[in-house]
Amino acid sequence: MSLKSNLHNLKEKYKGTKMAPAFNALHTFLYLPNETTHNGTHIKVADDLKRTMNTVIMAMVPCLIFGMFNAGYQHYAAFGTPVDFLSWDAFYIGLIKILPLVVVSYGVGLAIEFLFAVIKGHEVEEGYLVTGMLVPLIVPVDTPLWMLAVAVAFGVVIGKEVFGGTGMNILNPALTIRAFLFFAYPTWMSGDKVWVHGAVERSKEIANGANLDAISGETILGSLAQGQETSYSVADMFFGFIPGSVGETSTLLILLGGLFLIFTKIGSWRIMVSSVVGALVMGLIFNGVVSAGWISESSKFFGLMSTEFWHHLLIGGFAFGTVFMATDPVTASQTNKGKWIYGFLIGFISILIRVFNPAYPEGVMLAILLMNVFAPTIDHYVVQGNVKQRMKRLKVKTA
Amino acid sequence: MSNDITIKKGLDIKLKGAAEKVTENAIISNFCTVRPEDFHGVTPKLIARVGDKVKAGEPIFYDKAQEAVKFVSPVSGEILDIPRGDKRRILALKIQADKEQIFHDYGIFNVESATSESIKNHLLASGCWPFIKQRPYDVIANPEKSPKAIFISGYASAPLVADYDYVLQGKEAELQVAINALGKLTEGQVHVSVSKNGSSPLSGLKGVTLHKVSGPHPSGNVGTQINKIDPINKGETVWTINPQDLVIIGELLLTGKFNAERLVALVGSSVKKPRYFKTKIGSEIATMVYDNGVEKDGNDRIISGNVLSGKQIKPDGSLDFYSNTITVIPEGDDYEFFGWNKPVFNKISTSRALTFSWLTPNKKYDLNTNTNGEHRAFVLTGNYEQVFPLDIYPLQILKACMYEDLDEMEALGMYEVAPEDFALTEFVCVSKQPHQAIIRKGLDLMIKEIG
Repeated sequence: MSLKSNLHNLKEKYKGTKMAPAFNALHTFLYLPNETTHNGTHIKVADDLKRTMNTVIMAMVPCLIFGMFNAGYQHYAAFGTPVDFLSWDAFYIGLIKILPLVVVSYGVGLAIEFLFAVIKGHEVEEGYLVTGMLVPLIVPVDTPLWMLAVAVAFGVVIGKEVFGGTGMNILNPALTIRAFLFFAYPTWMSGDKVWVHGAVERSKEIANGANLDAISGETILGSLAQGQETSYSVADMFFGFIPGSVGETSTLLILLGGLFLIFTKIGSWRIMVSSVVGALVMGLIFNGVVSAGWISESSKFFGLMSTEFWHHLLIGGFAFGTVFMATDPVTASQTNKGKWIYGFLIGFISILIRVFNPAYPEGVMLAILLMNVFAPTIDHYVVQGNVKQRMKRLKVKTA
Repeated sequence: MSNDITIKKGLDIKLKGAAEKVTENAIISNFCTVRPEDFHGVTPKLIARVGDKVKAGEPIFYDKAQEAVKFVSPVSGEILDIPRGDKRRILALKIQADKEQIFHDYGIFNVESATSESIKNHLLASGCWPFIKQRPYDVIANPEKSPKAIFISGYASAPLVADYDYVLQGKEAELQVAINALGKLTEGQVHVSVSKNGSSPLSGLKGVTLHKVSGPHPSGNVGTQINKIDPINKGETVWTINPQDLVIIGELLLTGKFNAERLVALVGSSVKKPRYFKTKIGSEIATMVYDNGVEKDGNDRIISGNVLSGKQIKPDGSLDFYSNTITVIPEGDDYEFFGWNKPVFNKISTSRALTFSWLTPNKKYDLNTNTNGEHRAFVLTGNYEQVFPLDIYPLQILKACMYEDLDEMEALGMYEVAPEDFALTEFVCVSKQPHQAIIRKGLDLMIKEIG
């Protein structure tokens, strides 16, 4: 008996039992199911939700691998023993630090998904496949694993399952997890120590009296927020040889991922484009404020305000958030017109918060979460436009 | 007068097994089945009983809600059996056909001198009324209401369907008479649309407003055309009729006979020699299907209608009342190893997520009935809009139907749609939601609550 028929027999055996969703989740991972159409269309397109989610994951894999190299590269650079970027040494550090993040993220998240599926008797939906990959990419490399586990549990249960699971949630689950980490453990999520592996540990050793140099792994945004010059070139920013969350640094790879998503028609180009436009507009406004002389150089906002408007696209989490998080179809606007407004406001507000948030100079997370909340409102007004047209047609007729 | 309609949003699904333009007489089947379920929303009240002899065109049941609407036997013969289902619901009327067909004579009808009332009564009595459907709700037209316009789509754009230009050849006289009669039933216009690139017998008709349609499916759907020509508002009614049924109406008016004969396309990748057959409404399809290369013990899906909105029928099933196409495609009840992530070349996709149908836009596909994935909640957005040309928000109206918000359904345009308008969005749905069933349920709810 082949694997195929063995699994088929098992599926028949589990049918109707509590364990059926859990078994089916594993079974359908191996085999596209033998389900056929019944009523309605007798044929269907080749795509399903698994394929869709898988495409998004493929777009993120380069960022993950780059993140592994970068973690080691930044570590050695900060500790004064630089290594080549594409070296085994650099990759090894990244691998042992980041792989556990991925494993914990998927392990905890999927366990909860399976649990809910079994309790509520529905199939395990694929939404977490993308969330589980996003989470390790948007946290600092040294995030303790237990924190991540707590945050994932919170995000999946409160951010998604209480609303009814995949497709029903209001807030992007990955950002809910990130926001939970940010507000629950702020010292691990911001500052100048968390972005480089080993920096936190080193500062603890120093506090305990060890005679060592302090390690600073400040992000570009962090330096700018404090009015310092950054030592990174534009090319570094674009290619991603800078400190930051695991997967957010390489604008180039994110750009390629974004183009891939647009090409495969999985990601919304409307949201990506309008978000970039929104960010550029806000950046230009700030540049205008600076050149008009409305703000003095001693102001604490001067550093970020005077950053050239298009540099905002290269630094921080803006590119990553725009391409992979703002485009989440469940929490974004669902109408095409609404997507333009939604994306534009995300870009616009991201840069606004980034400049005016003194404690934590990054705004993409909060901007997207905020717009997640407003997306249904945007859609409502877009759809009302269509409804009003229909009403007008009726009035013209009866008049 | 000719007005062009061009549709940009849509999708032509190219499948193997299109019918060759050759007509054969199907072996006359001895059994004829009329299924009340073909007429949505009709509760049948029997006129004929088991054992009764009926002529072709003689009423066999009527609608309980609208008693004037009669349903007639397509053949002359003896009522063999009336099987019933749950709650004694009538499933079908099986009729054994006579060797010599006798027609009930309704008399030659002079349309020119007739009033609209007398035309209506004539069509109701002779069993031609059920051919006329109405929107809103996509059910048999209510004879008490007067439609603001009548729409006839002479362009079939759905995959593999019978070509009207071919099946209507030589039927100009019948079509014209039927149009004349229908023209008297509405104060508005009779809109007829034909393919821009075809030569349809319909384009020579008098007393109609002709529209030339081009663009991908669903440009030929009558719902798309209504939306572009004269959309339905609240409180308005329009009627729609399939052109092949105009021929039956026309023949009845000209000769007094209800002749249920119809040219049917037998298509699909499981058919070895796909072509046209002359057969009758309700006749058994088994011989026609199996004589033309469909394997007898093969694993195939037989569909009365097209692959997007037809009905699944059993091998001993019959042609339904409204269809002029029989499609046979392979069943897809098998597993596919890592089917969800490996590159796909042999299936159609509207994305490019390792699916490569975009590379070969003219390739003809051999699709089976596999759903290619499991049923999920709505997740993706924006992909329905690419194939949905109506001025309506498809995702929002589907959700309104699911949570049964009547006000919202009405506001979003429920009066304008029929299930078949959502066939393409259902085809491309990544979450494998049953769009047409959702819309049908929504429409039924509206009939019940609003009427």
